[in-house]
Amino acid sequence: MEELDVEPAVTNIPAACDGKHLGFAWGPGDILIYETIFKTSGAGGSDNPFIHEVRKDEDIYSPILRKLFNESHHIFVGLQTIKDDLPSKNKKPQFVSISKNYRSVIRACMEELQQEAVSTKAPDVATQYGNQVSILMAIELIWNLCEVLFIDAAPAGTLLLHLLDWVRLHKADVDEKAREVLQSESPTEHHDYWDVVVSYVLQGRLEEARHMLVKQATLQPAARKMYKLMDTLLSKMPFYNPGGTQTLTEFDVKWRHWHEEVDRCLQDNSFASNQHLEVICKILAGDEDTLLEHKGLLSTWYHFLVTRLLFGFPTVKPTELHYYAQSCLTLFLDSPRVPEPLDSILLAAFEFDLHQVIKDCSIALNNWWFVAHLTDLLDHCKLLQSHNLHFGSNLREFLLLEYASGLFTHHSLWQLAVDYFDHCPEFGRVYLELHIERVPLETERKALKVLRICEKRQMSEQVRSICKIMGMRSLRNNRLGSALSWSIRAKDAAFATLISERFLEDYCARGTFSDLDLLDNLGPAMLLSDRLTFLGKYREFHKLYGEKRFSEAAKLLLSLMTAKIAPRSFWMTLLTDALPLLEQEGVIFSADQTYELMFCLEELTSSLNTPAGGTDKPTQDEDIEVTKVELLRLALARNLARAIIREGTVKS
Amino acid sequence: MESINAKYVSQKISKTRWRPVSHSSLQQADIFATGSWDNEDNRISLWSIGNHGSSGMDDGFEGDPQLLCEHKHDGDVLDLQFLDQDRVVTASSTGAVTIFRHHQNSQTLSLSQRWERAHCYPCDNAPCTSIVCSSPEIVSVGEDGKIIVFRSDHEGVVRVIENADSSTIHAVTYLRTTEILTVNSIGQLKLWDLRQQGSSPSQILSLSGDRVPLRCVDRHPNQQHIVATGGQDGMLCVWDVRQGNTPFSLMEAHSAEMWEVHFHPTNPDHLFTCSEDGSLLHWEISSQSGMPSFLQGGRNNSMISRSAMAPAGGNQSLISAWLSGDSSKGRLETTHMLPSQTLSVNSLDVLGQCLVCGTDGEAIFVNRQVPI
Repeated sequence: MEELDVEPAVTNIPAACDGKHLGFAWGPGDILIYETIFKTSGAGGSDNPFIHEVRKDEDIYSPILRKLFNESHHIFVGLQTIKDDLPSKNKKPQFVSISKNYRSVIRACMEELQQEAVSTKAPDVATQYGNQVSILMAIELIWNLCEVLFIDAAPAGTLLLHLLDWVRLHKADVDEKAREVLQSESPTEHHDYWDVVVSYVLQGRLEEARHMLVKQATLQPAARKMYKLMDTLLSKMPFYNPGGTQTLTEFDVKWRHWHEEVDRCLQDNSFASNQHLEVICKILAGDEDTLLEHKGLLSTWYHFLVTRLLFGFPTVKPTELHYYAQSCLTLFLDSPRVPEPLDSILLAAFEFDLHQVIKDCSIALNNWWFVAHLTDLLDHCKLLQSHNLHFGSNLREFLLLEYASGLFTHHSLWQLAVDYFDHCPEFGRVYLELHIERVPLETERKALKVLRICEKRQMSEQVRSICKIMGMRSLRNNRLGSALSWSIRAKDAAFATLISERFLEDYCARGTFSDLDLLDNLGPAMLLSDRLTFLGKYREFHKLYGEKRFSEAAKLLLSLMTAKIAPRSFWMTLLTDALPLLEQEGVIFSADQTYELMFCLEELTSSLNTPAGGTDKPTQDEDIEVTKVELLRLALARNLARAIIREGTVKS
Repeated sequence: MESINAKYVSQKISKTRWRPVSHSSLQQADIFATGSWDNEDNRISLWSIGNHGSSGMDDGFEGDPQLLCEHKHDGDVLDLQFLDQDRVVTASSTGAVTIFRHHQNSQTLSLSQRWERAHCYPCDNAPCTSIVCSSPEIVSVGEDGKIIVFRSDHEGVVRVIENADSSTIHAVTYLRTTEILTVNSIGQLKLWDLRQQGSSPSQILSLSGDRVPLRCVDRHPNQQHIVATGGQDGMLCVWDVRQGNTPFSLMEAHSAEMWEVHFHPTNPDHLFTCSEDGSLLHWEISSQSGMPSFLQGGRNNSMISRSAMAPAGGNQSLISAWLSGDSSKGRLETTHMLPSQTLSVNSLDVLGQCLVCGTDGEAIFVNRQVPI
């Protein structure tokens, strides 16, 4: 067995404390917990009648997060349809845009949660939403970094530009502060003024920093030269342009020149008279101590990392990242504090240790949504092939199965899970088969939706089972027609036989058929089972008889017995049905047909008499039977006589 | 397709309906109702697309539909109809038929009348599958094969036709004021004259062959004998109830259950269908001569107005249009109205140039510029 990565969390079950014994049962997503009676010394404990349901994943029940599940489902399905045979060069932009779509869905969700958190009046709801927002924020942060490092896999030069975008996006409070400063009466006097300028510089937003500085410069004509110098330094800082003709080496040379210029300014003490400009100049020179003095403005170690790279090592290669990341983390968190999960996840990403990222995320988050979708995307980028699990099939499939199973426990989101199972080649189908049978079916409409899912995937066993459930329900409510329709849909011969039997019983009891609209329109479905065929044909006989098409009716009736379509138990009823035909004025049964009828009657009575031979007292029922048989024999004999005479008469 | 607006609503939508607009004003559709299904708490909700004060038809992006009010609903909403401007009737999977009132001043919904277990088995619920109303009369049908007639001003039930069908009745619509039409799960259309007592239909039309269940039905707004139905296999059938017992034309429309079919209420050359396969189709009869169809009917008809008030005029070209609906001759054009979508489109409604539909992907799509 593997070692535990973290200590499992403890969930307290209310009303089940102080040494009581608990039993539990696994569900697909939840656990059921109940108190068991466990007697050690014969003393019976009071039994607690409650069953507790322990849920791992609460997020699935949040109305706003549901939008995340639904929208990402759409993106997921779109991703699966990207063809494998495209050259990988063409696929990369597609993967990046899909990754961006996922992130924009997260952002939309985050914004809505934020609005809700502000507008709600209940404080506990507000904190709950607040927590969800911070989780989503972390998720988006990690996702974005993974997009830069793994999916886009930018080379040196471009890499830093992407990292800068990443930091700017997730440290957007600068803009808010800047707005505040600019809207105040005298921006330059605002106490946050220099914070904003420095923050802009730290994020490499030099244009904006220059705009802010101009305001100060105009107010201090004496220091104009100094401001002018700073403005030149800022405007001359080279940025790598990946689309341009400049090579990375050329850029590096240019950058070094600029850096030397900054150093010269520092040595000349050009900004000595203004401490703020001095600080900015030190930042531009990449002075680590100055950067660390601004921890408050950087707020995170990864911002520190990116700023340090910007002003120190702008041509950093992806492979060197982990070295800088590790040192920045230690420098920034000077106290021997244990790094938080987010820190170690980001560090693992900088180290290009994908599996560690996914593993840490799985442990830190209570929902599989993030890891399942990210892993799937990374797998499509062919980044996860070397790793094999010693259970299940592979990491992608394992995570998708877990996520989809979670969805299936939800009363409404189960429909989304179907597409996820479809894209798990090894175990997806088995999972789907097991889950789909357990969807509660309240209405026919829902049953049809479930059936459509099964039929599309040729899951005939499940189709039968669902039709059987619906059919049995109809049968219980005495809706024979409906039950028969279900059995026909499932092509379930045994069930059709059972229902046909019920129809015939009803007919024997009441003398009329119910559900004629169905029976009269069976069509080819009649051939599903022998008994159903008989039912349909027998009904046809009644119809012919009702329409006074006697000879056709007689022929059909006889064939039902001679072709052994009718069950033996029903022969007596059929023969009784023949009685009025035998008694008609005209001759309907020919001599040959009459012989056959007689043969049927004899076969029936001989088989009936054998077991009943030993009884002494004939019951009332048997009396009726005997009279019936005698009546039939008489009618048959009379009809035979008439038929012979008629057939013997030469038509002139 | 650009003018389509999607909104995710955190509930699977089973029905969407526009609130009727009064004929006197040239008002655009602005409020619609939705019903949800398969949730632990189902709801009916009213939404506004906020056409108030907007003048131009050119700006398709006027923002999301805004929720006006909602109310809890027991069971899945299986059907939803506006009785009048401020009353909504719903059919529930619990078998109940409920009237909700929309108070426009306070923007609230309240329960106004309810027939609990209108459809039921002796010891089980029987879902009510469809309703149709023509104020004050309401007709409901259900899985129990019953047809029930209510009046909104009556507490009791006006009339029940027991055993109207041996299978499930999936949908109902008015043919004339006293005649209704039902479709069932063995491929039959049944006409019922409500003036006649007794529990047998006045006419039965049926599909030949495989008896594919019919899921939905709509009547041509002007030619009352023309009826369109949608089947479980996604087939669109057009019937002429005056002639023959089999459909006039069959067209392959969708690859799975067709959940709803609707003629455009004022421009019946257009028809809309939606399906379990996740598509929404717009069917249009293109005029062969390239002339607007109202000019084709000959001199006598050329004065017929095409407004909402248009009487059921005898426009011969229209009759032949749907009844000869020959897709092979290229007279019938279909367009997909939704971007690719995998989950079922359960319901649609169209009024004027506005179309709304709801899906199992928990999204509502609104298109304000349907090319009519």
